[in-house]
This record gives sequence, structure tokens and C-alpha cells, in this order.
Amino acid sequence: MPAVQETVERVRRIDVDQYRYGFETLIESDKAPKGLSEDTVRFISAKKDEPAWMLEWRLEAFRRWLTMTEPTWARVNYPKIDYQDLYYYAAPKPKKSLSSIDEIDPEILKTYEKLGIPLREVAILEGVEPPAGGEQTPSRQIAVDAVFDSVSVATTFKAELKKAGVIFMPISEAIREHPELVQKYLGSVVPTSDNYFATLNSAVFSDGSFVYVPPGVRCPMELSTYFRINERNTGQFERTLIIADKGSYVSYLEGCTAPQRDENQLHAAVVELVALDDAEIKYSTVQNWYPGNSEGKGGIYNFVTKRGDCRGKNSKISWTQVETGSAITWKYPSCILRGDNSSGEFYSIAISNGFQQVDSGTKMIHLGKNTSSRIISKGIAAGKSQNTYRGLVSAHRKATGARNYTACDSLLIGDKCGAHTVPYVEAKNSSATFEHEATTSKISEDVLFYCIQRGLSQEEAVGLVVNGFVKDVLQQLPMEFAVEAQKLISISLEGSVG
Amino acid sequence: MSLLEVKDLQVRVEDREILHGLSLTVNPGQVHAIMGPNGSGKSTLSHVIAGKPGYEVTGGQILFRGEDLLEMDPNERAAKGVFLAFQYPVEIPGVTTWNFLHAALNAQRKARGEEEISSPAFLKKVREVAKSLNIPQDMLKRGVNVGFSGGEKKRNEILQMALFEPAVCILDEMDSGLDIDALRIAADGVNALRSPERAMVVITHYQRLLNYIVPDFVHVMSKGRVVKSGGKELALELEESGYAQFEDAA
Repeated sequence: MPAVQETVERVRRIDVDQYRYGFETLIESDKAPKGLSEDTVRFISAKKDEPAWMLEWRLEAFRRWLTMTEPTWARVNYPKIDYQDLYYYAAPKPKKSLSSIDEIDPEILKTYEKLGIPLREVAILEGVEPPAGGEQTPSRQIAVDAVFDSVSVATTFKAELKKAGVIFMPISEAIREHPELVQKYLGSVVPTSDNYFATLNSAVFSDGSFVYVPPGVRCPMELSTYFRINERNTGQFERTLIIADKGSYVSYLEGCTAPQRDENQLHAAVVELVALDDAEIKYSTVQNWYPGNSEGKGGIYNFVTKRGDCRGKNSKISWTQVETGSAITWKYPSCILRGDNSSGEFYSIAISNGFQQVDSGTKMIHLGKNTSSRIISKGIAAGKSQNTYRGLVSAHRKATGARNYTACDSLLIGDKCGAHTVPYVEAKNSSATFEHEATTSKISEDVLFYCIQRGLSQEEAVGLVVNGFVKDVLQQLPMEFAVEAQKLISISLEGSVG
Repeated sequence: MSLLEVKDLQVRVEDREILHGLSLTVNPGQVHAIMGPNGSGKSTLSHVIAGKPGYEVTGGQILFRGEDLLEMDPNERAAKGVFLAFQYPVEIPGVTTWNFLHAALNAQRKARGEEEISSPAFLKKVREVAKSLNIPQDMLKRGVNVGFSGGEKKRNEILQMALFEPAVCILDEMDSGLDIDALRIAADGVNALRSPERAMVVITHYQRLLNYIVPDFVHVMSKGRVVKSGGKELALELEESGYAQFEDAA
């Protein structure tokens, strides 16, 4: 059988069911009644013991949401979502209030263990358990905030971070403990009226992470949040807010997984980043939500609004994403380059296989003088998936000297998938320099045969070629995660070639 | 038992028969040259031995140390010691040469049940091999064949041959795209790898290459068959009289 035919055959039999994180955790949970109304919003706010201003903020968002319509411009198809048929809040039922990791339901700890997430930092610090990889120095430690369905179940290394003055806690706690910071910045990058899904999130978000890095502080460790959807028919709406004060630096990573379920689950998160003068935020995502099965049944709808505001001069925000999961991805991590000399970066690897649909990209909005941005996007489409890069680069009338470089490369595996590039460019002043390069290629059978003749298996060969294709982006990930991401890429492409 | 034995091989591509019963026996230490005009089936033979998809074997056998080669996947054949030096080596952007060689060598070792070789040990080994072939170290750091000249690509093939230590090397039109200096360098590399254990099958259009890699046997192919076999003097004879005399014999 000629190789093209073999590839096609194999793609037909494609098995996305190889998802490794599809297990479910059986725990009792505390849920809001199904459906969405002002009462749901009040229920969530009350559960979180929120101050009145927060409830008011949510209700305003909810009222606004009722007047909005779901956007349809993305190149994705899905049946209409019944927003009244979802649970908007689910929390693992605690036996009592949690004050230390040991009080977390052991079932949840087991879940995170299966996911390979080191929550038990206490044990590591005390030398009871050797850290993974052997000689981990304190500077390589990673502080973790874990969000299970709607609530944050554990935040590690809190004390260590406190010493440096860094605040890293669930946003529900920050609303109570640091209201002045939350009130000042929440919704200042993604306003409650921003878009359908962001507005919905503003009304019903249940938890997420909050980070504040004080002036001049270089955050002593990587910060990380792991999101896990466990409950059936539950939407997950997390909200992350990161503020890097003047001259500070922080690197943050989020990871996401969910059980395998036949129905689609909605994930509508909002992430807001604020970088003040001379501050830098590096935000990395490894997104591996359940993508649905081989017939395209089930999987997560990942409708996410992520935006960073380079508010101060010389500030810098860098987004790096490795997207391998979700049935549908709709996300455009963006940078508003407001401060003079600020810079934004977007490095993306988006892999789609099976019946996955990806519509992702970025927006670089140049407002300040001499601002620069860089976009490197690598889309890989296999199976019957559709993979779209959609991006906007714009320079305001006053954004003199704005510079952008964009490179969008797409790689096709098999002949039943599609890759699309939709770049929008708007320059409102004559001094802007925008460059755009785009390529689309197929993994050629000659390349695969060359690798296989040297002893590699078909799958090893595809993995090698794809990892070479995405190398520029992988290099942007924190070292600890680059290896993980590399493995994830190989796993998500398993069975994509015959 | 011979090292490589091709018996009455018949091969089709789509609806056309390319090889109509080709036989060839190769023993350790021997260098066989296969010559013939364009379209005589030389490259098809090398591809079928290596296991390239797209060819249908309709008759005959290929035995490697007595085992049925056609039953094995191409990567299995590589691990057993079958190496094909490509006429047009491909480029693999973003994958460094040394990373590629390391992955390939380990895949072969794993298939043979040998232990994998660690990065530092591999680096040492590949540097030594490169040095012995006068291949500059910086070639190892570059993407596989990316931006390589024709000569560099062929030297990369020879480097791999030296590293994997195959039992039989098939050199497919190694001289194509090389000027005379690059050809001499490549041939020196190949000659350095000749040994009493290793066999080579040199596929070429021109006699020129055989001035540098002197074969023990020369086979002339025409229209999918070997029409004449002889010693190295047969190549010289061909140089003078051309392939036309064999067209009728086929």
C-alpha cells in the first residue's frame, strides 16, 4: 500500500481515546443548583463569602451578559450551548475547613499525584520525599495553586513566597484579604463588558489564581496553577489576575486536564496581566483538556479570554502556549502595548488531531511609542481537525516607531485536516514596521522514510519532525516544562500517521 | 549463507512492472557496482531493499543472512544492518544533526536489545567518528542537512554509515550533484569504511565514481534485469561503448 494511502487509513482509525488524564475522581461535591440566574450569581458570591462590592460587580456583569449574543465569527462549529443546563459551581465537599494540605480529601491529592503535580511541598521541604529529578535547588522549586472544579484546593510554598513579598493565593482569598489590589486591577484589562464569554465569566467565576509581585522583586520561583474539571455538566470559569509592580519579574505556568466524558464541558476563563514600569511577566500554558473521542464526541469547549496590559514604560509581557487538548479552542492571548518602549511576545504551538477545532492566535495592540511585538505561531493539524491562526496587529496613530514581526507556520499531517491563517494588520501611522511571514507544509513521506531508514519507528519519526518544527517555541518554555511539553506533543500525535 | 541475496525479484509500481526477475548475491567484504541507464530500475532495487513504501513485490525474495528481509519493517532492516545512502538526502529543519543521529542510533540499539547510549557517551563517539572522516564538528550542531551543500549532504550520509556500522551499505547515485573535488572527498570516506565484514552496493550511472571506489564486481542493468556481470574492467568497457549494446540483450 502506498504510504499516502496508509497514512489516510491510519488517520481514519485514529484513536484520540489515548488521552491519559481521562480518569474521574469519586468525591462528594457541593454544587449550585443547575442553571443560571441572579440567584446563581448570589449563591456563588455567598459561598465565597464575598464583600458587597464584589457581588455588585458580578451582578452588573450578569445583567450585561443577558443583553449579549454569542459570537459566531470564529471558524468553529458546535451545537448551541444551553446555558441553563449547566452547573456553575461545584466544590469538593470538605470535611472541615482547610488549613493545611493534609486536610485535603486524599482522593483529590491522589488525582493530582496521577497528574504528576507536586502538591506535597511540605514533605519535600522536610526531606521526607525526595523531589522528582533528584537535586532540586530551592530556586528551581515551583509553587503550585491547584484548582479542582470551582475551587482552589491547595496553594503551595505560600510561606516561602511571603518572605519575598510575593502574594500568590486563590483569587477568592485575595478578594477578602487584598480587596484594595483586586478592586484596583480586576476588570481593568478585560472589562466586564468585553465579550460574551468574558462577561459570563465575570458573573460566575468561582476561583483562580491571584499574583502580586511588589516593586523591584524578582519572584524567586516559577508559579504554577493546575486546573482540573472533574464534575459532570459543570462549567469551569476561573479568573486569574497577575500584577507585576514596577521593576518586578514573574514567570507563571498553567496546566489543564479533565476526565473523559461523552458530553461537552464548557471552560470560559479570563486571565488578566498587568505589567507596570520596567516589569516583566512571562505566562506559559500547557493546555491538555480532554479533546473528545475518535468520533468527535465529548471534549472541552475552551473559550478563553487572555489579555496582558503593558501599562508601564519598558514593560514586557510574553505569552507561550502549548495547546494540545479541547474539542474546541477559541482563545487569543493578547498584549496591549500601552507604555512607551513596551514589548509583547506570543509563542504558540497549537496541535489538533481527531475532530478537534482550533481557532487561536493573538492581538498586539500598539499604543505607546517605540513598542515592539513578536508573534511566532506553529499550527499542526492531523486527523480531521481544523486549525486556524487568527491574529491582529495594530498601531495607533500615536504609536510611532511600532514594530512587529509575525511568523505563522502550519504543518499538515494527512489529507483530511485543514490549516488556515487569518492575519489582520492595521497601521494608523506611517512609521510602523510590520512584517508577516507564513508557510504551510506537509510532512513529506520522503522525510519520514529517511528517518525510518535510520532506525526510527514511524511515530518516533513524526515526533522528531514535529518537535523540530516547533523548536523555536519550545525554547521559550521554562526548562522544567519544555520536556513535558515535548512528550505531550508526541502523545497527542500518536496514531496520526500510518 | 550469503549476506544479501536477491532472488528473481519482481517489483511493480502502480500498474507497471519495473524489475522483472533480478538476482544478485553479495558477500561480506565485497563491493558490487550496479550500473545502467536511466529507468533501468537501479534506484527501485535500492528502495525495495531498504523497504521504501510504494513498491509492490510480486515475486522473488530478498534474504539478509538467510532471513526474509521483505517481511521486516524498514526500521527493523536498519537495525539489522541495512543502510541506504540516499541520492537526495532530505532536510529536517529544527532537528540538530547530532540529536537526529543520537535518536536513530538509540532506536537501532533498542531494536537489537542493546542498551541505549547516553548523551555524553554519544557526543564523544560522534565527535571521534566525525574527526576520523575529516567532517567539521559544526556540522553536527546544524539542522539535519539544512543549508548543506551537495557535498556536505553526502558526507553526512557517510558519517551516518560510519556511526551505525551497517553490514551492507547501498549507495544510491552517490555522485549526483557533486563536483570532482567533493566526489573525491566522499569516495575517500566510503573507502575508509570498507572492511572484510562489510559489503557495499554502489549504484551509479557513470563509470567516473568507480575510479575512486573500485568495485570487485560490476553488474549492468537494463530494463529491470541484470544483463551482464563481470569484474571492474566491465565498467571501463561500458565507458567506451555505452549502454546501447545491452538494450537488445534485455
